[in-house]
Amino acid sequence: MEVPILRQGQYLIASIQSALTDADLSHLREALIAQVGRSRCRGVIVDVTALDVMDSFAVRTLRDIAHMARLRGAETVIVGIQPDVAFAMVQLGLTLKGVATVLDLEEGLAFLDGRTKGGLGGGAFDKSRRPPSGPPRG
Amino acid sequence: MDTKKSMSVSTRVSDPQALSESSAGLLRELVAHLRQNRTQLREEWARRITRAELLTAMTEEEIFAEATAVYDNYVEALETGTFEALQAYSRRLSERIIPRGVETDEVVGIVLLLRDVLARSLFTKYQDNVEKLNRILDSYEPAANRIANTVAVGFVEERERIIRQQQEAIRELSTPVLQVRERLLILPIIGVIDPQRARQLTEQLLRAIRANRAKVVVIDVTGVAAMDSGVANHLVQTVEASRLLGATVIVTGLSPEIAQTLVTIGVDLSEMATVGDLQGGIEEAERLLADRAAPTTQVREIAPESQR
Amino acid sequence: MGDELRLPIAADVDVVEARQQGRALAAVAGFSSGEQTVIAAAISEIARNILMYAKKGEITLSLVQNGDRQGVSIVAVDQGPGIPDIERAMQYGYSTSHGVGAGLPGAKRLMDEFEVDSVVGHGTTITMKKWRRAI
Repeated sequence: MEVPILRQGQYLIASIQSALTDADLSHLREALIAQVGRSRCRGVIVDVTALDVMDSFAVRTLRDIAHMARLRGAETVIVGIQPDVAFAMVQLGLTLKGVATVLDLEEGLAFLDGRTKGGLGGGAFDKSRRPPSGPPRG
Repeated sequence: MDTKKSMSVSTRVSDPQALSESSAGLLRELVAHLRQNRTQLREEWARRITRAELLTAMTEEEIFAEATAVYDNYVEALETGTFEALQAYSRRLSERIIPRGVETDEVVGIVLLLRDVLARSLFTKYQDNVEKLNRILDSYEPAANRIANTVAVGFVEERERIIRQQQEAIRELSTPVLQVRERLLILPIIGVIDPQRARQLTEQLLRAIRANRAKVVVIDVTGVAAMDSGVANHLVQTVEASRLLGATVIVTGLSPEIAQTLVTIGVDLSEMATVGDLQGGIEEAERLLADRAAPTTQVREIAPESQR
Repeated sequence: MGDELRLPIAADVDVVEARQQGRALAAVAGFSSGEQTVIAAAISEIARNILMYAKKGEITLSLVQNGDRQGVSIVAVDQGPGIPDIERAMQYGYSTSHGVGAGLPGAKRLMDEFEVDSVVGHGTTITMKKWRRAI
Protein backbone atom coordinates (compact mmCIF):
# COMPACT_ATOMS: atom_id res chain seq x y z
CA MET A 1 0.00 0.00 0.00
CA GLU A 2 1.76 3.10 -1.28
CA VAL A 3 1.17 6.32 0.65
CA PRO A 4 0.48 9.26 -1.67
CA ILE A 5 2.70 12.30 -1.06
CA LEU A 6 1.29 15.60 -2.23
CA ARG A 7 3.09 18.86 -2.49
CA GLN A 8 1.31 21.97 -1.35
CA GLY A 9 3.34 25.16 -1.52
CA GLN A 10 6.36 24.70 0.70
CA TYR A 11 4.98 21.58 2.35
CA LEU A 12 4.80 17.89 1.63
CA ILE A 13 1.68 16.11 2.80
CA ALA A 14 1.67 12.33 3.19
CA SER A 15 -1.76 11.05 3.98
CA ILE A 16 -1.95 7.45 5.08
CA GLN A 17 -5.08 5.77 3.73
CA SER A 18 -5.14 2.38 5.40
CA ALA A 19 -3.25 -0.02 7.64
CA LEU A 20 0.44 -0.15 6.75
CA THR A 21 2.96 -2.96 6.94
CA ASP A 22 6.45 -2.34 8.26
CA ALA A 23 7.72 -2.34 4.69
CA ASP A 24 5.12 0.27 3.69
CA LEU A 25 6.24 2.45 6.58
CA SER A 26 9.92 2.13 5.71
CA HIS A 27 9.10 2.97 2.12
CA LEU A 28 7.16 6.06 3.21
CA ARG A 29 10.16 7.20 5.27
CA GLU A 30 12.55 6.85 2.34
CA ALA A 31 10.19 8.47 -0.13
CA LEU A 32 9.55 11.45 2.14
CA ILE A 33 13.19 12.07 2.93
CA ALA A 34 14.14 11.84 -0.74
CA GLN A 35 11.44 14.34 -1.65
CA VAL A 36 12.31 16.77 1.12
CA GLY A 37 15.77 17.10 -0.37
CA ARG A 38 14.60 17.30 -3.96
CA SER A 39 11.85 19.83 -3.43
CA ARG A 40 13.61 21.87 -0.75
CA CYS A 41 10.34 22.11 1.14
CA ARG A 42 10.10 23.66 4.60
CA GLY A 43 7.55 21.40 6.18
CA VAL A 44 6.24 17.84 6.22
CA ILE A 45 2.80 16.73 7.36
CA VAL A 46 2.08 13.06 7.97
CA ASP A 47 -1.64 12.44 8.34
CA VAL A 48 -2.29 9.27 10.37
CA THR A 49 -6.06 9.73 10.82
CA ALA A 50 -6.67 6.38 9.08
CA LEU A 51 -4.44 4.37 11.43
CA ASP A 52 -6.40 2.53 14.09
CA VAL A 53 -3.31 1.29 15.87
CA MET A 54 0.29 2.41 16.15
CA ASP A 55 2.92 0.10 17.53
CA SER A 56 6.57 0.70 18.33
CA PHE A 57 7.70 0.28 14.74
CA ALA A 58 5.19 2.80 13.39
CA VAL A 59 6.06 5.31 16.09
CA ARG A 60 9.79 4.85 15.56
CA THR A 61 9.35 5.38 11.82
CA LEU A 62 7.40 8.60 12.38
CA ARG A 63 10.06 9.82 14.79
CA ASP A 64 12.80 8.98 12.27
CA ILE A 65 10.95 10.87 9.56
CA ALA A 66 10.76 13.95 11.79
CA HIS A 67 14.44 13.80 12.76
CA MET A 68 15.70 13.11 9.25
CA ALA A 69 13.51 15.83 7.76
CA ARG A 70 14.86 18.29 10.34
CA LEU A 71 18.40 17.43 9.32
CA ARG A 72 17.40 18.28 5.78
CA GLY A 73 15.84 21.59 6.77
CA ALA A 74 12.16 20.74 7.11
CA GLU A 75 9.90 20.73 10.12
CA THR A 76 7.58 17.73 10.55
CA VAL A 77 4.19 17.56 12.19
CA ILE A 78 2.13 14.43 12.73
CA VAL A 79 -1.62 15.04 12.44
CA GLY A 80 -4.75 13.04 13.16
CA ILE A 81 -3.70 10.63 15.90
CA GLN A 82 -6.96 9.10 17.14
CA PRO A 83 -7.80 9.35 20.86
CA ASP A 84 -7.75 5.56 21.37
CA VAL A 85 -4.49 5.26 19.46
CA ALA A 86 -2.89 8.04 21.52
CA PHE A 87 -3.89 6.34 24.76
CA ALA A 88 -2.56 2.97 23.64
CA MET A 89 0.69 4.62 22.51
CA VAL A 90 1.41 6.21 25.87
CA GLN A 91 0.56 2.97 27.66
CA LEU A 92 3.16 1.31 25.45
CA GLY A 93 5.58 4.03 26.49
CA LEU A 94 5.64 5.59 23.01
CA THR A 95 5.22 9.34 23.37
CA LEU A 96 6.82 10.71 20.18
CA LYS A 97 8.91 13.01 22.34
CA GLY A 98 10.38 15.88 20.38
CA VAL A 99 8.01 15.43 17.46
CA ALA A 100 5.22 17.96 16.92
CA THR A 101 1.72 16.53 16.90
CA VAL A 102 -1.55 18.36 16.29
CA LEU A 103 -5.20 17.48 15.90
CA ASP A 104 -5.73 17.46 12.15
CA LEU A 105 -4.54 18.63 8.76
CA GLU A 106 -5.88 22.15 9.21
CA GLU A 107 -4.01 22.53 12.50
CA GLY A 108 -0.95 21.00 10.90
CA LEU A 109 -0.87 23.62 8.16
CA ALA A 110 -1.37 26.39 10.74
CA PHE A 111 1.44 24.93 12.83
CA LEU A 112 3.88 24.85 9.92
CA ASP A 113 2.86 28.38 8.86
CA GLY A 114 3.61 29.54 12.38
CA ARG A 115 6.92 27.71 12.48
CA THR A 116 8.21 28.77 9.11
CA LYS A 117 7.14 32.39 9.62
CA GLY A 118 8.63 32.47 13.05
CA GLY A 119 5.37 32.61 15.00
CA LEU A 120 3.67 30.09 17.20
CA GLY A 121 1.00 29.12 14.71
CA GLY A 122 -1.36 26.36 15.58
CA GLY A 123 1.20 24.04 16.97
CA ALA A 124 1.81 22.48 20.29
CA PHE A 125 3.47 24.84 22.66
CA ASP A 126 7.01 23.89 23.19
CA LYS A 127 8.79 23.83 26.47
CA SER A 128 10.20 27.32 26.40
CA ARG A 129 6.63 28.60 26.44
CA ARG A 130 5.42 26.30 29.15
CA PRO A 131 3.80 28.02 32.08
CA PRO A 132 5.73 28.37 35.30
CA SER A 133 5.49 25.15 37.15
CA GLY A 134 4.80 24.24 40.73
CA PRO A 135 6.87 22.41 43.27
CA PRO A 136 7.29 19.07 41.46
CA ARG A 137 9.36 20.69 38.76
CA GLY A 138 11.45 22.65 41.22
CA MET B 1 -45.81 -16.40 49.25
CA ASP B 2 -46.10 -20.11 48.70
CA THR B 3 -44.25 -20.37 45.46
CA LYS B 4 -44.30 -24.10 45.17
CA LYS B 5 -48.03 -24.24 45.42
CA SER B 6 -48.60 -21.31 43.13
CA MET B 7 -46.27 -22.83 40.56
CA SER B 8 -48.00 -26.16 40.48
CA VAL B 9 -51.42 -24.61 40.10
CA SER B 10 -50.31 -21.98 37.68
CA THR B 11 -49.51 -24.77 35.24
CA ARG B 12 -53.10 -25.76 35.41
CA VAL B 13 -54.24 -22.18 35.07
CA SER B 14 -52.10 -21.56 32.05
CA ASP B 15 -53.35 -24.70 30.38
CA PRO B 16 -57.14 -24.50 30.18
CA GLN B 17 -57.31 -27.92 28.55
CA ALA B 18 -55.95 -29.51 31.68
CA LEU B 19 -58.57 -27.94 33.89
CA SER B 20 -61.25 -30.27 35.02
CA GLU B 21 -64.81 -29.33 34.06
CA SER B 22 -65.65 -28.17 37.50
CA SER B 23 -62.56 -26.06 38.27
CA ALA B 24 -62.77 -24.36 34.85
CA GLY B 25 -66.36 -23.64 35.66
CA LEU B 26 -65.41 -22.30 39.08
CA LEU B 27 -62.83 -19.95 37.63
CA ARG B 28 -65.39 -18.70 35.10
CA GLU B 29 -67.82 -18.09 37.87
CA LEU B 30 -65.18 -16.26 39.87
CA VAL B 31 -64.25 -14.02 36.94
CA ALA B 32 -67.92 -13.24 36.31
CA HIS B 33 -68.31 -12.26 39.94
CA LEU B 34 -65.30 -9.94 39.78
CA ARG B 35 -66.61 -8.34 36.60
CA GLN B 36 -70.08 -7.78 38.06
CA ASN B 37 -68.76 -6.14 41.19
CA ARG B 38 -65.95 -4.28 39.45
CA THR B 39 -66.98 -0.78 40.54
CA GLN B 40 -67.58 -1.63 44.14
CA LEU B 41 -64.50 -3.84 44.62
CA ARG B 42 -62.26 -1.33 42.92
CA GLU B 43 -63.48 1.43 45.21
CA GLU B 44 -63.09 -0.76 48.25
CA TRP B 45 -59.53 -1.57 47.22
CA ALA B 46 -58.62 2.09 46.62
CA ARG B 47 -60.11 2.93 50.04
CA ARG B 48 -58.04 0.27 51.73
CA ILE B 49 -54.89 1.52 49.98
CA THR B 50 -55.47 5.02 51.30
CA ARG B 51 -56.33 3.77 54.76
CA ALA B 52 -53.17 1.65 54.91
CA GLU B 53 -51.21 4.79 53.93
CA LEU B 54 -49.72 3.15 50.91
CA LEU B 55 -48.81 5.08 47.73
CA THR B 56 -48.74 8.32 49.73
CA ALA B 57 -46.82 9.98 46.93
CA MET B 58 -49.89 9.73 44.70
CA THR B 59 -53.24 11.58 44.70
CA GLU B 60 -56.50 9.70 45.28
CA GLU B 61 -57.49 10.12 41.64
CA GLU B 62 -54.20 8.66 40.53
CA ILE B 63 -54.55 5.74 42.92
CA PHE B 64 -58.04 5.05 41.63
CA ALA B 65 -56.93 5.21 37.98
CA GLU B 66 -54.03 2.82 38.59
CA ALA B 67 -56.23 0.59 40.76
CA THR B 68 -58.71 0.29 37.91
CA ALA B 69 -56.02 -0.67 35.45
CA VAL B 70 -54.44 -3.19 37.81
CA TYR B 71 -57.85 -4.63 38.64
CA ASP B 72 -58.73 -5.19 34.98
CA ASN B 73 -55.36 -6.72 34.24
CA TYR B 74 -55.76 -8.88 37.31
CA VAL B 75 -59.12 -10.24 36.24
CA GLU B 76 -57.80 -10.82 32.73
CA ALA B 77 -54.86 -12.79 34.06
CA LEU B 78 -57.21 -14.89 36.17
CA GLU B 79 -59.42 -15.55 33.16
CA THR B 80 -56.80 -16.31 30.51
CA GLY B 81 -54.06 -17.73 32.69
CA THR B 82 -51.55 -15.63 30.75
CA PHE B 83 -49.46 -13.06 32.49
CA GLU B 84 -47.78 -11.16 29.64
CA ALA B 85 -50.23 -8.26 29.64
CA LEU B 86 -50.02 -7.95 33.42
CA GLN B 87 -46.24 -8.14 33.29
CA ALA B 88 -46.05 -5.39 30.66
CA TYR B 89 -48.49 -3.30 32.64
CA SER B 90 -46.60 -3.63 35.89
CA ARG B 91 -43.39 -2.62 34.13
CA ARG B 92 -45.04 0.54 32.79
CA LEU B 93 -46.61 1.20 36.16
CA SER B 94 -43.23 0.85 37.86
CA GLU B 95 -41.66 3.23 35.36
CA ARG B 96 -44.30 5.81 36.30
CA ILE B 97 -44.23 5.42 40.06
CA ILE B 98 -40.56 4.70 40.83
CA PRO B 99 -39.44 8.26 40.05
CA ARG B 100 -42.10 9.45 42.50
CA GLY B 101 -40.49 7.51 45.30
CA VAL B 102 -42.85 4.55 45.60
CA GLU B 103 -41.15 1.75 47.52
CA THR B 104 -41.18 -2.01 46.99
CA ASP B 105 -43.12 -2.72 50.19
CA GLU B 106 -45.90 -0.39 49.02
CA VAL B 107 -46.28 -2.25 45.75
CA VAL B 108 -46.29 -5.63 47.47
CA GLY B 109 -48.74 -4.17 49.99
CA ILE B 110 -51.30 -3.00 47.46
CA VAL B 111 -51.28 -6.27 45.56
CA LEU B 112 -51.80 -8.24 48.78
CA LEU B 113 -54.62 -5.84 49.69
CA LEU B 114 -56.35 -6.55 46.39
CA ARG B 115 -55.99 -10.25 47.03
CA ASP B 116 -57.59 -9.73 50.42
CA VAL B 117 -60.43 -7.50 49.15
CA LEU B 118 -61.37 -10.08 46.52
CA ALA B 119 -61.14 -13.01 48.94
CA ARG B 120 -63.43 -11.20 51.40
CA SER B 121 -66.01 -10.62 48.69
CA LEU B 122 -65.87 -14.33 47.87
CA PHE B 123 -66.46 -15.14 51.56
CA THR B 124 -69.51 -12.92 51.55
CA LYS B 125 -70.89 -14.39 48.34
CA TYR B 126 -70.42 -18.03 49.27
CA GLN B 127 -70.86 -17.86 53.02
CA ASP B 128 -73.81 -20.20 52.83
CA ASN B 129 -71.95 -22.82 50.85
CA VAL B 130 -68.71 -23.53 52.62
CA GLU B 131 -67.84 -26.50 50.42
CA LYS B 132 -68.10 -24.37 47.27
CA LEU B 133 -66.27 -21.49 48.92
CA ASN B 134 -63.38 -23.83 49.60
CA ARG B 135 -63.24 -25.03 46.04
CA ILE B 136 -63.44 -21.44 44.71
CA LEU B 137 -60.62 -20.38 47.02
CA ASP B 138 -58.55 -23.36 45.89
CA SER B 139 -58.77 -22.06 42.33
CA TYR B 140 -58.36 -18.45 43.26
CA GLU B 141 -55.53 -18.43 45.74
CA PRO B 142 -52.65 -19.84 43.65
CA ALA B 143 -53.52 -17.67 40.69
CA ALA B 144 -53.77 -14.63 42.94
CA ASN B 145 -50.37 -15.46 44.42
CA ARG B 146 -48.83 -15.73 41.02
CA ILE B 147 -50.33 -12.39 40.03
CA ALA B 148 -48.94 -10.73 43.17
CA ASN B 149 -45.60 -12.26 42.37
CA THR B 150 -45.61 -11.00 38.80
CA VAL B 151 -46.36 -7.43 39.81
CA ALA B 152 -43.81 -7.36 42.63
CA VAL B 153 -41.05 -8.92 40.55
CA GLY B 154 -41.81 -6.54 37.70
CA PHE B 155 -41.42 -3.64 40.09
CA VAL B 156 -38.16 -4.86 41.58
CA GLU B 157 -36.66 -5.52 38.15
CA GLU B 158 -37.58 -2.07 36.94
CA ARG B 159 -36.10 -0.55 40.08
CA GLU B 160 -32.84 -2.40 39.57
CA ARG B 161 -32.69 -1.28 35.97
CA ILE B 162 -33.17 2.34 37.02
CA ILE B 163 -30.51 2.03 39.72
CA ARG B 164 -28.03 0.64 37.21
CA GLN B 165 -28.81 3.49 34.85
CA GLN B 166 -28.32 6.06 37.58
CA GLN B 167 -25.02 4.52 38.64
CA GLU B 168 -23.71 4.87 35.11
CA ALA B 169 -24.93 8.43 34.92
CA ILE B 170 -23.25 9.27 38.22
CA ARG B 171 -20.02 7.73 37.00
CA GLU B 172 -20.16 9.94 33.91
CA LEU B 173 -21.04 12.99 35.95
CA SER B 174 -18.21 12.41 38.37
CA THR B 175 -15.70 13.18 35.63
CA PRO B 176 -17.15 16.11 33.73
CA VAL B 177 -15.15 17.68 30.96
CA LEU B 178 -16.17 21.33 30.76
CA GLN B 179 -15.58 23.67 27.88
CA VAL B 180 -14.94 27.11 29.38
CA ARG B 181 -14.34 28.84 26.13
CA GLU B 182 -13.41 27.88 22.63
CA ARG B 183 -10.49 25.44 22.60
CA LEU B 184 -10.14 25.37 26.40
CA LEU B 185 -11.34 22.43 28.48
CA ILE B 186 -11.37 22.04 32.24
CA LEU B 187 -11.38 18.67 33.93
CA PRO B 188 -11.96 18.99 37.66
CA ILE B 189 -11.26 15.68 39.34
CA ILE B 190 -12.92 15.05 42.65
CA GLY B 191 -12.71 12.10 44.96
CA VAL B 192 -10.94 8.82 44.83
CA ILE B 193 -9.30 7.72 41.62
CA ASP B 194 -8.98 4.00 41.03
CA PRO B 195 -7.33 2.58 37.92
CA GLN B 196 -10.68 1.95 36.23
CA ARG B 197 -11.90 5.47 36.81
CA ALA B 198 -8.56 6.88 35.72
CA ARG B 199 -8.78 5.00 32.46
CA GLN B 200 -12.35 6.11 31.83
CA LEU B 201 -11.40 9.68 32.65
CA THR B 202 -8.57 9.69 30.15
CA GLU B 203 -10.66 8.19 27.37
CA GLN B 204 -13.37 10.77 28.02
CA LEU B 205 -10.89 13.65 28.03
CA LEU B 206 -9.16 12.52 24.81
CA ARG B 207 -12.49 12.24 22.98
CA ALA B 208 -13.51 15.67 24.28
CA ILE B 209 -10.23 17.17 23.05
CA ARG B 210 -10.96 15.88 19.58
CA ALA B 211 -14.66 16.78 19.60
CA ASN B 212 -14.02 20.34 20.86
CA ARG B 213 -10.74 20.85 19.00
CA ALA B 214 -9.24 21.87 22.33
CA LYS B 215 -5.73 23.35 22.45
CA VAL B 216 -5.38 23.67 26.21
CA VAL B 217 -6.72 21.49 29.01
CA VAL B 218 -6.63 22.39 32.68
CA ILE B 219 -6.80 19.32 34.92
CA ASP B 220 -7.62 20.41 38.44
CA VAL B 221 -6.80 17.88 41.15
CA THR B 222 -7.64 20.08 44.14
CA GLY B 223 -10.39 17.62 45.03
CA VAL B 224 -8.11 14.61 44.97
CA ALA B 225 -7.09 13.62 48.47
CA ALA B 226 -4.35 11.14 47.71
CA MET B 227 -2.45 9.86 44.75
CA ASP B 228 -0.42 6.68 44.55
CA SER B 229 2.22 5.98 41.96
CA GLY B 230 -0.27 4.17 39.73
CA VAL B 231 -2.59 7.13 39.53
CA ALA B 232 0.29 9.58 39.22
CA ASN B 233 1.73 7.64 36.30
CA HIS B 234 -1.69 7.62 34.76
CA LEU B 235 -1.85 11.39 35.06
CA VAL B 236 1.48 11.61 33.25
CA GLN B 237 0.12 9.32 30.52
CA THR B 238 -2.96 11.51 30.17
CA VAL B 239 -0.75 14.55 29.69
CA GLU B 240 1.33 12.73 27.08
CA ALA B 241 -1.69 11.38 25.19
CA SER B 242 -3.27 14.86 25.15
CA ARG B 243 -0.12 16.24 23.61
CA LEU B 244 -0.35 13.62 20.86
CA LEU B 245 -3.74 15.15 20.01
CA GLY B 246 -2.17 18.60 19.96
CA ALA B 247 -3.41 19.82 23.34
CA THR B 248 -1.30 21.24 26.16
CA VAL B 249 -2.25 20.14 29.67
CA ILE B 250 -1.86 22.32 32.73
CA VAL B 251 -2.27 20.52 36.05
CA THR B 252 -3.52 22.63 38.93
CA GLY B 253 -4.21 22.08 42.61
CA LEU B 254 -1.51 19.55 43.44
CA SER B 255 -1.45 19.63 47.23
CA PRO B 256 1.92 19.84 49.00
CA GLU B 257 1.39 16.29 50.26
CA ILE B 258 0.72 14.90 46.81
CA ALA B 259 3.60 16.90 45.34
CA GLN B 260 5.90 15.42 47.95
CA THR B 261 4.62 11.90 47.36
CA LEU B 262 5.14 12.24 43.63
CA VAL B 263 8.71 13.40 44.04
CA THR B 264 9.42 10.70 46.61
CA ILE B 265 8.12 7.86 44.47
CA GLY B 266 10.02 9.25 41.52
CA VAL B 267 7.24 9.96 39.06
CA ASP B 268 8.71 11.91 36.17
CA LEU B 269 6.85 15.19 36.15
CA SER B 270 9.39 17.11 34.11
CA GLU B 271 7.07 17.21 31.13
CA MET B 272 4.11 18.36 33.13
CA ALA B 273 3.08 22.00 33.36
CA THR B 274 1.75 22.78 36.80
CA VAL B 275 0.14 25.89 38.28
CA GLY B 276 -0.83 26.34 41.91
CA ASP B 277 -4.57 26.78 41.67
CA LEU B 278 -7.37 26.49 39.14
CA GLN B 279 -7.68 30.26 38.69
CA GLY B 280 -3.98 30.56 37.90
CA GLY B 281 -4.27 27.58 35.55
CA ILE B 282 -7.08 29.19 33.59
CA GLU B 283 -5.14 32.46 33.36
CA GLU B 284 -2.14 30.60 32.04
CA ALA B 285 -4.36 28.76 29.55
CA GLU B 286 -5.80 32.07 28.35
CA ARG B 287 -2.27 33.36 27.85
CA LEU B 288 -1.32 30.33 25.79
CA LEU B 289 -4.43 30.67 23.64
CA ALA B 290 -3.84 34.40 23.14
CA ASP B 291 -0.25 33.74 22.06
CA ARG B 292 -1.58 31.35 19.53
CA ALA B 293 -4.12 33.83 18.19
CA ALA B 294 -1.41 36.44 17.56
CA PRO B 295 1.52 34.42 16.29
CA THR B 296 3.37 37.28 14.58
CA THR B 297 4.03 39.23 17.77
CA GLN B 298 6.78 36.89 18.76
CA VAL B 299 9.74 35.62 16.92
CA ARG B 300 10.20 32.12 18.08
CA GLU B 301 13.18 29.97 18.26
CA ILE B 302 12.62 26.74 16.39
CA ALA B 303 13.45 24.53 19.28
CA PRO B 304 15.32 21.37 18.43
CA GLU B 305 13.53 19.27 21.01
CA SER B 306 15.36 16.21 19.89
CA GLN B 307 15.74 13.84 22.77
CA ARG B 308 16.62 10.59 21.17
CA MET C 1 -16.88 -19.25 22.23
CA GLY C 2 -14.21 -21.86 22.50
CA ASP C 3 -13.19 -21.12 18.96
CA GLU C 4 -9.64 -20.30 18.32
CA LEU C 5 -8.07 -18.55 15.44
CA ARG C 6 -4.64 -19.68 14.31
CA LEU C 7 -2.69 -17.21 12.26
CA PRO C 8 0.65 -17.98 10.62
CA ILE C 9 3.23 -15.21 10.96
CA ALA C 10 5.82 -15.24 8.20
CA ALA C 11 5.69 -11.80 6.57
CA ASP C 12 4.91 -8.26 7.63
CA VAL C 13 1.41 -8.43 6.10
CA ASP C 14 0.71 -11.21 8.62
CA VAL C 15 1.44 -8.78 11.44
CA VAL C 16 -1.23 -6.43 10.11
CA GLU C 17 -3.67 -9.34 9.68
CA ALA C 18 -3.03 -10.62 13.21
CA ARG C 19 -3.71 -7.29 14.88
CA GLN C 20 -6.85 -6.73 12.81
CA GLN C 21 -8.16 -10.17 13.75
CA GLY C 22 -7.25 -9.50 17.37
CA ARG C 23 -9.18 -6.24 17.37
CA ALA C 24 -12.21 -7.99 15.86
CA LEU C 25 -12.08 -10.73 18.51
CA ALA C 26 -11.73 -8.15 21.29
CA ALA C 27 -14.83 -6.42 19.93
CA VAL C 28 -16.72 -9.73 20.07
CA ALA C 29 -15.61 -10.15 23.70
CA GLY C 30 -17.13 -6.75 24.48
CA PHE C 31 -13.95 -4.71 25.01
CA SER C 32 -14.25 -0.93 24.58
CA SER C 33 -12.73 0.59 21.47
CA GLY C 34 -9.87 1.90 23.59
CA GLU C 35 -9.12 -1.58 24.89
CA GLN C 36 -9.45 -3.07 21.41
CA THR C 37 -6.73 -0.68 20.28
CA VAL C 38 -4.52 -1.67 23.20
CA ILE C 39 -4.96 -5.39 22.40
CA ALA C 40 -4.24 -4.80 18.69
CA ALA C 41 -1.05 -2.94 19.59
CA ALA C 42 0.14 -5.73 21.91
CA ILE C 43 -0.49 -8.35 19.19
CA SER C 44 1.42 -6.21 16.73
CA GLU C 45 4.44 -6.17 19.05
CA ILE C 46 4.62 -9.91 19.65
CA ALA C 47 3.91 -10.72 16.02
CA ARG C 48 6.78 -8.52 14.97
CA ASN C 49 8.93 -10.15 17.60
CA ILE C 50 8.38 -13.50 15.87
CA LEU C 51 9.28 -12.01 12.51
CA MET C 52 12.42 -10.32 13.77
CA TYR C 53 13.91 -13.18 15.73
CA ALA C 54 12.40 -16.42 14.43
CA LYS C 55 11.37 -15.41 10.89
CA LYS C 56 8.19 -17.43 11.23
CA GLY C 57 5.76 -18.74 13.78
CA GLU C 58 2.11 -18.77 14.71
CA ILE C 59 -0.30 -16.70 16.77
CA THR C 60 -3.43 -18.23 18.28
CA LEU C 61 -6.27 -15.97 19.36
CA SER C 62 -9.13 -17.16 21.54
CA LEU C 63 -11.84 -16.01 23.90
CA VAL C 64 -11.41 -17.06 27.51
CA GLN C 65 -13.60 -17.01 30.57
CA ASN C 66 -12.72 -16.91 34.24
CA GLY C 67 -15.78 -17.04 36.45
CA ASP C 68 -17.93 -14.24 35.15
CA ARG C 69 -15.02 -12.40 33.60
CA GLN C 70 -14.51 -12.53 29.88
CA GLY C 71 -11.23 -11.97 28.14
CA VAL C 72 -8.99 -12.69 25.20
CA SER C 73 -5.96 -14.92 25.11
CA ILE C 74 -3.13 -14.53 22.65
CA VAL C 75 -0.45 -17.19 22.30
CA ALA C 76 2.57 -16.63 20.07
CA VAL C 77 4.70 -19.66 19.27
CA ASP C 78 7.89 -19.88 17.26
CA GLN C 79 10.73 -22.35 16.76
CA GLY C 80 13.34 -19.65 16.59
CA PRO C 81 16.61 -19.24 18.48
CA GLY C 82 14.90 -18.56 21.82
CA ILE C 83 15.64 -15.75 24.24
CA PRO C 84 18.88 -16.30 26.21
CA ASP C 85 18.15 -13.67 28.86
CA ILE C 86 14.43 -13.20 29.33
CA GLU C 87 14.85 -10.80 32.22
CA ARG C 88 16.94 -8.52 30.08
CA ALA C 89 14.64 -8.86 27.08
CA MET C 90 11.77 -7.70 29.26
CA GLN C 91 13.61 -4.52 30.23
CA TYR C 92 12.11 -1.49 28.64
CA GLY C 93 14.42 0.02 26.05
CA TYR C 94 16.53 -3.09 25.58
CA SER C 95 16.82 -4.51 22.10
CA THR C 96 19.24 -6.89 20.44
CA SER C 97 18.06 -6.04 16.94
CA HIS C 98 17.36 -2.53 15.76
CA GLY C 99 13.99 -2.37 17.48
CA VAL C 100 13.15 0.35 19.95
CA GLY C 101 13.13 -2.15 22.77
CA ALA C 102 9.50 -1.37 23.46
CA GLY C 103 8.21 -4.58 21.89
CA LEU C 104 7.89 -7.25 24.57
CA PRO C 105 7.96 -5.00 27.64
CA GLY C 106 5.51 -2.70 25.88
CA ALA C 107 3.14 -5.57 25.17
CA LYS C 108 3.44 -6.66 28.78
CA ARG C 109 2.41 -3.21 29.98
CA LEU C 110 -0.68 -3.35 27.81
CA MET C 111 -1.93 -6.75 28.95
CA ASP C 112 -3.13 -8.11 32.29
CA GLU C 113 -1.21 -11.37 32.08
CA PHE C 114 2.04 -11.95 30.23
CA GLU C 115 4.26 -15.02 30.27
CA VAL C 116 7.38 -15.85 28.32
CA ASP C 117 8.57 -19.38 27.97
CA SER C 118 11.74 -19.76 25.98
CA VAL C 119 14.33 -22.46 25.40
CA VAL C 120 17.50 -21.42 23.63
CA GLY C 121 17.77 -23.26 20.34
CA HIS C 122 14.20 -24.49 20.47
CA GLY C 123 11.91 -21.51 20.41
CA THR C 124 9.71 -19.17 22.35
CA THR C 125 6.12 -19.20 23.52
CA ILE C 126 4.49 -15.99 24.71
CA THR C 127 1.09 -16.19 26.36
CA MET C 128 -0.81 -13.03 27.16
CA LYS C 129 -4.33 -12.27 28.32
CA LYS C 130 -6.49 -9.27 28.85
CA TRP C 131 -9.62 -9.29 30.98
CA ARG C 132 -12.61 -7.10 30.56
CA ARG C 133 -13.30 -4.61 33.34
CA ALA C 134 -16.73 -4.61 34.90
CA ILE C 135 -18.83 -1.79 33.37
